[in-house]
Amino acid sequence: MAKSNKPIVWSLFAAGGTLAAFLAPVLVLLFLLAALGHAPALLGFANLHAFAAGWFGKLFLLVVITLFLWHAAHRLRITLHDFGLRQDGVVAPVLYVVAAVGTVLSVVSLVRI
Amino acid sequence: MSRKPFVREVSTTRWYFKHPRYLRYMSREVTCVFIGAFALLLLCAVERLSEGQAAYESFLAALQGPWSVAGLVVVLVFAIHNATSWFNVTPKALPVQIGEEFLPGKFIVIAHYAVWVVATLVILYFAGVR
Repeated sequence: MAKSNKPIVWSLFAAGGTLAAFLAPVLVLLFLLAALGHAPALLGFANLHAFAAGWFGKLFLLVVITLFLWHAAHRLRITLHDFGLRQDGVVAPVLYVVAAVGTVLSVVSLVRI
Repeated sequence: MSRKPFVREVSTTRWYFKHPRYLRYMSREVTCVFIGAFALLLLCAVERLSEGQAAYESFLAALQGPWSVAGLVVVLVFAIHNATSWFNVTPKALPVQIGEEFLPGKFIVIAHYAVWVVATLVILYFAGVR
């Protein structure tokens, strides 16, 4: 039987979409407040550093960043096809490599905190 | 082959302007661009956080300004569009069967919206937004 990576990337897409549905609006709102000059207490250096230093904070940030990235990569692959870019042999590897590099970078950064 | 083959004139790049339903489909799909961009912003924040206080505070300072605000408002709109469109199809994705009957879809949708509101309020409280 031919092997396919579809179940893996699709489950990452679905998990990321569900997590984004519940969490993305409020997380964007926190950054919007910071952009307006009213950064919430959590986004201050001391608080965010303490949050990211604990195992729960590390896990939360890792799961949010990586699942959002893999969700976006898989959906953008399909969407670029819908916009008429019929080059899946190039599009899919580029997007998944970006998501994989983002995953590695987020692990490296979180481990250093 | 017939002498007059039927050729469908469908543009591969502008087909979604043909019907409002196609446009709604595309509006759901393009939310991923904004979710992805926000994930990169979060990655940036975590990376600067790992470099220490000065690096992180210069990131926060660079985040301020009208262009960031405008961009994040657009991201927020698409993030909410992703949430509502995602929750509205949950009865198709997660049908709940009780005996012979299926739970009416509206209860599944309402349950997702309720969890969404509670999660949002909990995170706002935890983040110190008063």
